[in-house]
Amino acid sequence: MTESVLPAWVALPAAILLLCGGLLALVGSLGLLRLPSFYARTHPVTMGTTLGTGFVLLASMLVSSAFLGRPVVHEVVITVFILVTSPVSAMTLMRAAIHRAHGT
Amino acid sequence: MNALFQFAAGFASFCFVAAMLLALVRLFIGPAAQDRVLAFDTFYINAMLTLLMLGIRSGSTVYFDVALLMALFGFIGTMALAKFLLRGEVIGP
Repeated sequence: MTESVLPAWVALPAAILLLCGGLLALVGSLGLLRLPSFYARTHPVTMGTTLGTGFVLLASMLVSSAFLGRPVVHEVVITVFILVTSPVSAMTLMRAAIHRAHGT
Repeated sequence: MNALFQFAAGFASFCFVAAMLLALVRLFIGPAAQDRVLAFDTFYINAMLTLLMLGIRSGSTVYFDVALLMALFGFIGTMALAKFLLRGEVIGP
């Protein structure tokens, strides 16, 4: 396996970041399934996807840097893209929902 | 320590796949069209995270490009559907 060469100072923070990211994404999707109204459902989804993506990409940066032996920062592109586009799409969807509910 | 990392990677992959399944349930039972679009948004972001987990576990950087393309086209699709719901009234309420 490739991960057998990971040092401990990379493996421990990466494991903690992966646990946090996975739990946040799962809680966000559970909120999407369980909450009663659409306006309540947009909140956990945006939180879960944004924070889960941030944590997982941070862990990916750590593991790739330790594996290749040089700093790997190109995951920042996805992080910045998700950080910019997730609120925009959520806000447009909420405007569409208000428009469809009230007719104007 | 590496065993802990392996466990965390497996747990995160399981969480993302479970999140994809929950979003798929909401995609099928969603009462209005905007619920389905929101579920689709959650679905593609969780699929992108699953691909990134595959990249972390296999130690290669090939999956990064696929994840970037998935984020890009997923955002374009979500924005197109949201603007369609905002402007045109083809799908009934």
